[in-house]
Amino acid sequence: MSEIILNIAGVNKRFGGLQALTDVGVKIAKGQIYGLIGPNGAGKTTFFNVITGLYQPDTGTFELDGKPYSPSAPHAVAKAGIARTFQNIRLFGEMSALENVMVGRHVRTHQGVFGAIFRHKAARQEEAAIRARAQELLDFVGIGQYAERTARFLSYGDQRRLEIARALATEPKLLALDEPAAGMNATEKVALRELLVKIQRTGVTILLIEHDVKLMMGLCDRMSVLEYGKLIAEGLPAEIQKNQAVIDAYLGGAH
Amino acid sequence: MALLTFDTAHKPRQAYTSMAVLLAVMLVFPFVAAQFGNSWVRILDMALLYIMLALGLNIVVGFAGLLDLGYIAFFAVGAYLTGLFASPQFAALLESVVNYHPELQDAIVRTFGEDVRTNGIHLSVWAIVPLAALVAALFGALLGAPTLKLRGDYLAIVTLGFGEIIRIFMNNLNDPINFTNGPQGINLIDPIRIFGVSLAGEAGSRATVYIGGLKLPSVNAYYFLFLLLCIVSIFVTSRLQHSRLGRAWVAIREDEIAAKAMGINTRNVKLLAFSMGASFGGVAGAMFAAFQGFVSPESFALTESIAVLAMVVLGGIGHIPGVVMGGVLLAALPEVLRHVVEPAQQALFGNVVIEAEVLRQLLYGLAMVLIMLNRPAGLWPSPRKEETAPLPPSPRTRKKRAKHERDHPEHRRRE
Repeated sequence: MSEIILNIAGVNKRFGGLQALTDVGVKIAKGQIYGLIGPNGAGKTTFFNVITGLYQPDTGTFELDGKPYSPSAPHAVAKAGIARTFQNIRLFGEMSALENVMVGRHVRTHQGVFGAIFRHKAARQEEAAIRARAQELLDFVGIGQYAERTARFLSYGDQRRLEIARALATEPKLLALDEPAAGMNATEKVALRELLVKIQRTGVTILLIEHDVKLMMGLCDRMSVLEYGKLIAEGLPAEIQKNQAVIDAYLGGAH
Repeated sequence: MALLTFDTAHKPRQAYTSMAVLLAVMLVFPFVAAQFGNSWVRILDMALLYIMLALGLNIVVGFAGLLDLGYIAFFAVGAYLTGLFASPQFAALLESVVNYHPELQDAIVRTFGEDVRTNGIHLSVWAIVPLAALVAALFGALLGAPTLKLRGDYLAIVTLGFGEIIRIFMNNLNDPINFTNGPQGINLIDPIRIFGVSLAGEAGSRATVYIGGLKLPSVNAYYFLFLLLCIVSIFVTSRLQHSRLGRAWVAIREDEIAAKAMGINTRNVKLLAFSMGASFGGVAGAMFAAFQGFVSPESFALTESIAVLAMVVLGGIGHIPGVVMGGVLLAALPEVLRHVVEPAQQALFGNVVIEAEVLRQLLYGLAMVLIMLNRPAGLWPSPRKEETAPLPPSPRTRKKRAKHERDHPEHRRRE
């Protein structure tokens, strides 16, 4: 097996009386598209929020690219190299598409108050680089022509793309997508799939949560299945498809 | 608004022409206004100070989206700082500590010289302005720190409380150590002196300032100083807005969780917004104290915070030209009413039916309701792009794009 980019083990998370995650972990190899599936309420998004620092886990070990990282604050996680998108799109609605992506560059750039006011050479260069990179990323996800458009007036599919471009702007080692295909029609899903493969080719590892099992089966290199906060299966898509526990979880087995 | 545009990114020529025209008008304005009496120029001076305040508050409320109802506190900090360090007040302070802490008094006298005992401290404007900006920024961060996890209504209530706390402190900080002289306020604050020229005019000059061979009334001299400060404020806030930090602020305003997930350290960036905004308030406060020659806690009541907030919201929250316009309208209109309404009523009815102050409140409320109903984003909001079809690219962009796509087939646009 190739190099491991994300290694997470033993995650427990409890909300009051509800054990949302029990001893969950994943190991993702570099350059893969890794899928996380499970029925509604299985704890996929909770796990996601724990990985990205939005929720504090009760226990768990976290390692990114061989180095331990602490998911104590989302901005620290982004800095460490995990970028995410949200299940219900969270763009900066009143900013232009380009500015949205430029915000993504924040964590990799440095200019402060002084640079902002005086715009000395280093500040101007950094700003130009931010802008150029942002436009490049918009072109990459295929919405370069809408750079100046206010984000909330973009179409739904383009908003999804914009969110991915914004996440890519943080130069992530791991891109975590929370249901990127939610609400998309068949054509849009095909386009999304192409985009994800394109991103994978640039060397970024992708962690994907999705409901659409068909999409996931063709796309993912490996996958895990969550049910009631527990991992019930892990393996290649073909193995998952035949796994009796997974079939029961999705179709409702005998309990 | 069609005549004037300040969109330097898209229409640079028009924007710079508008600015030049506006500047020319602003430069001539006081001389015209002075024909009708110095009190008109005085109104303008105050309006300019309010514009500075509104620009500062716009950083906090407009850019970062942190609703601050106690902003006038920073104005108070700047004003009282000037009161303490540029007036005889420090002598009064020493007098109040002499009985409790003689050693403290000795230490102060040793540092500042024997003169402090009778005359107080008189720092020059060059020291006061940075000091006011710095101290107000510190207070901004200090008051911002406990509110970091609050937003919306809760943040508003807490900041409102802070604003009141500062005012009440100013009202009561005359005992045991007399910092602020309590409700009586600090008097005899030094006028601003630039290169030896007092902007209030020398004694016996009847408030006339002589600069070289030029002679102009004191209010006009202050007008130009405040105008300069306003221009600097506009420059600084617009540069901040179009920077990495400005984008981070707006990102927090739009969606704090997404901003965090994009790697923005929201705690630091919010504190920075609070202190940057506060520093404008501090400088405006220092100017106000020197201009009036007197500060008292009354000038820093909650209604003032609300007035400044109203300027930001009515003008166009987050949009600098809008905020400036809001400042001009709301700062100047009440004063204009005061000068116009009562004489007009005298002439019409022979007596004053509605006092200007009452009418002011009435119109304020009416303006708020009407604007919020008809233009909820303010009179002059930021422009937005919402066409369904993208703008056709210019021939130059098209050429550049074609070349780029030839060189980088992977960047080819999705049709």
